[in-house]
Amino acid sequence: MFKKRTSLYATLLISALASVPTNQAVAQMAKDKIADNAVAEPVIKVPANFKTTIVADGLGKARHLTVTDRGDVYVRLAKPVGGGGTVFLRDTDGDGKMDEQKSFGDFGGTGIALGDGYLYTTSSTEIFRYKLNGNQEVIDPNKPERIVTGLTDKGTHASKSVVLDKSGNIYVGIGAPSNACQVKDRTKGSPGMMPCAMLDSVGGIWQFKTNQPDQILKDGVHYATGIRNMVGMDWNGQTNSLFIMQHGRDQLNTLFPDMYTDQQSAVLPAEAMYELKKGANAGWPYTYYDQIQKKKIVAPEYGGDGKKEGSSEYIDPAAAYPGHLAPNGLLFYTGSQFPEKYRNGAFIAFHGSWNRAPEPQAGYFVVFQPFKNGKPSGDWEVFADNFAGMETVMSPGSAMHRPCGLAQGPDGSLYVADDVKGTLYKISYSK
Amino acid sequence: MNRVLRCSFVAGVMVSVFSFQSCAQTKNATQKSTSDAAKVSPTEVSMAAGKLVYNQNCLVCHQADGGGVPHLNPPLSQTDYVLGEKARLIGVVLNGLDAHEPINDEVYSNVMPAHNFLTDQQIADVLTFVRNSFENKASAVSVAEVKAERAKKK
Repeated sequence: MFKKRTSLYATLLISALASVPTNQAVAQMAKDKIADNAVAEPVIKVPANFKTTIVADGLGKARHLTVTDRGDVYVRLAKPVGGGGTVFLRDTDGDGKMDEQKSFGDFGGTGIALGDGYLYTTSSTEIFRYKLNGNQEVIDPNKPERIVTGLTDKGTHASKSVVLDKSGNIYVGIGAPSNACQVKDRTKGSPGMMPCAMLDSVGGIWQFKTNQPDQILKDGVHYATGIRNMVGMDWNGQTNSLFIMQHGRDQLNTLFPDMYTDQQSAVLPAEAMYELKKGANAGWPYTYYDQIQKKKIVAPEYGGDGKKEGSSEYIDPAAAYPGHLAPNGLLFYTGSQFPEKYRNGAFIAFHGSWNRAPEPQAGYFVVFQPFKNGKPSGDWEVFADNFAGMETVMSPGSAMHRPCGLAQGPDGSLYVADDVKGTLYKISYSK
Repeated sequence: MNRVLRCSFVAGVMVSVFSFQSCAQTKNATQKSTSDAAKVSPTEVSMAAGKLVYNQNCLVCHQADGGGVPHLNPPLSQTDYVLGEKARLIGVVLNGLDAHEPINDEVYSNVMPAHNFLTDQQIADVLTFVRNSFENKASAVSVAEVKAERAKKK
């Protein structure tokens, strides 16, 4: 026994030296804790001549939002607060702060959209719409019309984001309740299902009519498939097409330690932006996009080795970003307040990673992706940073704020919603 | 050299459990009797071994600080699952969890896979570590307790 323990100790000693977290990481966590306890609001870092103001706070788990033509804001909450899952905010005295707050709809959720005289909101299983008056105020908050029902909610990747086109259709992203379509989810050694049968009802985009009540999945058009999970989505008015941000798969190193290092697994696969035309297949779970090799790669559950190239039947992303950053908000900027370079480009709210541990986490910022002629053009840049309130996030729970939803105000300002403390930021530009 | 390695071992492995003062104390103990592992109490050894099991199998989801991931992976700090009945906790490790039941009023959506590939000793160590880290203080989990739960499953 003594001998056994001694040799165990020696093994521990060796593994401890090679293991993580490092002392440096632990020290960083201690620092994070201090930052977390401090009451001071983090100062959001934005480019020169931009200004960030907090227009509302303490809303709850604020997810997606939309702004009306007169500057009122509707925010969806993941969980209702005081019986209300959608918050209406108005600045009645013009001082830049939202001083009027009303909530309605006793169901939580993420998705929200405004168009054609209606406000659309989603739970994790249904889509509703509320008729608006001429001031874009909800006429009867207690009587929404249910337009879609019975969508899959298995807990994982259950939030439903929505986008409207210009032709009376609403697009809903239905995430797959799975990491890589293994027989046993997230279990080492469990094979990938072939084919991945769940793709008939999840892991894609469905298109429904905005004006038909109680549609179910089979009434919709299965618009695109092979997308693991998508939260950030927007309609690009220039190309007249749907763009989405995929949440890429997790745990390459956990499930395939012989194939991927911690460091590779922290940045792979890419969080990918896709332009989706009807019938598109983005390749999940069979392939993923590797932004370093700049190729589609066969997933290890499906015979991949980290290098083997994926099939050309799957579309390539329009743009690719480092792994696990969790793109929860996408917005094409069409305003004229921001300088010329921002016009028709994309803002992306990266909620921030968890699957980079033991490496430091990343994201927790808003990125700008320049576009030219409807295509990403040039490198993305961090536009707004420090939502987490610390230099390096080691553990997601310590982040003070996490950007989730994006919207554009009638004056061209950018709104960012945070789902930790329910803080609503307005970012404006003036020379 | 050996002593330096040992202290960095203790600092690296035990920092979230023991203060740096106890590092110094261990260092003193080491000075008195070099390479005398017998002087380390079973619980300390279990904690150290448990931390390694934690780093290799749990940390990616539950994070280095045991804080979990909001809405996805539950925290391990001050929860009934961790501090409550040991049989249930051992069962979670052996069988995984796909319940989506609220933990301290929050729902966590990711599946926890079964970790029945860990040995009884590894599970006893890691649960002893978890129950005495991240601001937790609870009794150790023994190999016999894990063995009993594993037998129930069969």
